[in-house]
Amino acid sequence: MAEATNPPRGDVDEGKRDFIYLLGGAAGVVGVGIVAWPLIDSLNPSADVLALASIEVDVSPIEVGQAITVTWRGKPVFIRHRTVEEISEAEVVPMDVLRDPQTDEERRIKAEYLVMVGVCTHLGCIPSGQKVGEEKGEYGGWFCPCHGSHYDTSGRIRKGPAPTNLVVPPYEFIQDTVVQIG
Amino acid sequence: MSSTSSNGIGSGVIKWIDYRLPIFTMMNKELNEYPTPRNLTYMWNFGSLAGIALVIMIVTGILLAMQYTAHVDMAFDSVERIMRDVNYGWLIRYIHMNGASFFFIVVYIHIFRGLYYGSYKAPREILWALGVIILLLMMATAFMGYVLPWGQMSFWGATVITNLFSAIPWGIGDAIVAWLWGGFAVDNPTLVRFYALHYLLPFVIAAVAVLHMWALHRFGSNNPLGIDAKGPQDKISFHPYYTTKDLFGFGVFFIFFAAFIFYAPNYMGHPDNYIEANPLVTPPHIVPEWYFLPFYAILRAITFDISIPFTGIVLIDAKLGGVIAMFASIAVLFVLPWLDSSPVRSGRFRPYFKWFFWIFVIDCLVLGYIGAMPAESPYTEIGQVATAWYFLHFLVILPLLSRLERPMPLPASISEPVLGGGGMAAAPARSPEGASGVSTEQSPETMR
Ligand code: HEM
Ligand code: FES
Repeated sequence: MAEATNPPRGDVDEGKRDFIYLLGGAAGVVGVGIVAWPLIDSLNPSADVLALASIEVDVSPIEVGQAITVTWRGKPVFIRHRTVEEISEAEVVPMDVLRDPQTDEERRIKAEYLVMVGVCTHLGCIPSGQKVGEEKGEYGGWFCPCHGSHYDTSGRIRKGPAPTNLVVPPYEFIQDTVVQIG
Repeated sequence: MSSTSSNGIGSGVIKWIDYRLPIFTMMNKELNEYPTPRNLTYMWNFGSLAGIALVIMIVTGILLAMQYTAHVDMAFDSVERIMRDVNYGWLIRYIHMNGASFFFIVVYIHIFRGLYYGSYKAPREILWALGVIILLLMMATAFMGYVLPWGQMSFWGATVITNLFSAIPWGIGDAIVAWLWGGFAVDNPTLVRFYALHYLLPFVIAAVAVLHMWALHRFGSNNPLGIDAKGPQDKISFHPYYTTKDLFGFGVFFIFFAAFIFYAPNYMGHPDNYIEANPLVTPPHIVPEWYFLPFYAILRAITFDISIPFTGIVLIDAKLGGVIAMFASIAVLFVLPWLDSSPVRSGRFRPYFKWFFWIFVIDCLVLGYIGAMPAESPYTEIGQVATAWYFLHFLVILPLLSRLERPMPLPASISEPVLGGGGMAAAPARSPEGASGVSTEQSPETMR
């Protein structure tokens, strides 16, 4: 095979060359970035997924002490009609024992109806405690069986690996006993 | 058998092709003549076994793909149809299902072999790193494959593992998770993209395996003595000696593999995965596939926040800490060649390393056991001790040992303990598998 012979480099202004390399390189990076973004973004939730409408739930059939689970954006939402004891238990907890300090008032619109996304903030399992007889954990709220997170009657994390309280979704009471979630 | 000269192989058409694309020359050099240490034990069978396992996974996977439907409403039923209606569908699926487990068994043995005999040391650091990359790719592939049948374990495994990324703070983690899911929960977009990647990644593995072999053939295999070959008397040609031995290994492997496929096809699986995925009900006890259990135990071992002492300022919360520990448990393998700086490769000549190696093996088994147990006392505490030991082994014990330990004297050459010349006490009396015929054939050379 013949050897390649490059033309002699002659008088090269290295400073200019470096500048051109930098400029060319930077333009290349920006160009690749601009093209890459649509490809990456195509994997994000699409318009039809985002368009999932909000839901309306009539909470009047839920008896005191009972709870229901509804689906919103593919996720379970817990609605518990709390007893007076559960509410007062949640209200008297001092803030400094909480990992993610929040008062019960901040987490509710009406004291008796607690509305939360029923997804453990650790790694996404569904905590138990919705149905009668299900394990409710050491604080009488919910218990996540996956890695043992205990939530209290306000859905706040009290024990176990989960870092934050159960999430309260955006919702409002559009009638006295009808909740619109989302 | 093809000619042994490395230029101008074969005749006629072969020669014509080989002149233009020297593929036959290459195959002859790498698979036939390829000089291999003469003392390799059965521990060196697991590389070729991993190769055959990958081939089996790709062949059965492509056949499954022709029958499988990647949609949340149909995936579960399509797998049941494979099991009941497709001709030999049950066989193909059971081969694929158990094949994943056997692939990991083989690769784990292959890795521990490397750990004991110091195969990660110079000049094989890149070879080793490529192996760790293959392990990571295998984990990703197996994880996404397990999601495809869309059973309860598929769904909840996918949920828990993708949620690992939500541990990254400042909202970045949540954005990544939504991006991975293509939605607000594991759902149809997630299933379809996992299917696409599950099809793709095995071919990426195959490509990295080629690089792995390339790096291997640069310096050749390590061997149980861990010393370099001193000359041709220390090596034998790959064919027929190791082709035969590898094929024998395949035979033994297939016996175990078949025993599982035909007599205990679901032994390594979870019954919950024969229940269709239900996004509203988490099974009471979710566990990953057995091959992920040690890593799962490390993830769950970090149950405490890491904060600046006496200030209560949390640097890393427990959730992020667990995720970091889990990824670090694999990342540490990449830097292993620099953590263990002892010039002696083989554990046979390292009196203390040898013991710590076995303690480490037991530690990994303990982690595996803890990974399968519920997250409660005393399992959590045992898991924490075992996790601490895992990292101590790599980060403290190996660096210290390589400085403090006094290795035993090394034999002068690979062939010396075998072909006479008063074997060293340290070297085992066992003769290498290259039968007596080999030594006679090679002995004139040795005498020189
Ligand atoms: C590194 C190689 C591979 C590994 C470790 C692997 C692993 C797995 C695992 C663990 C499952 C779940 C089995 C079950 O419980 O049902 C699975 C399913 C599946 N895999 Fe693979 N796989 C590999 C290669 C491939 C390839 C190359 C393809 C396609 C070309 C493929 C196609 C499929 C399909 C269609 C399913 C769903 C059917 C079923 O669940 O049985 N796989 N894979
Ligand atoms: S997912 Fe709830 S404790 Fe881990």
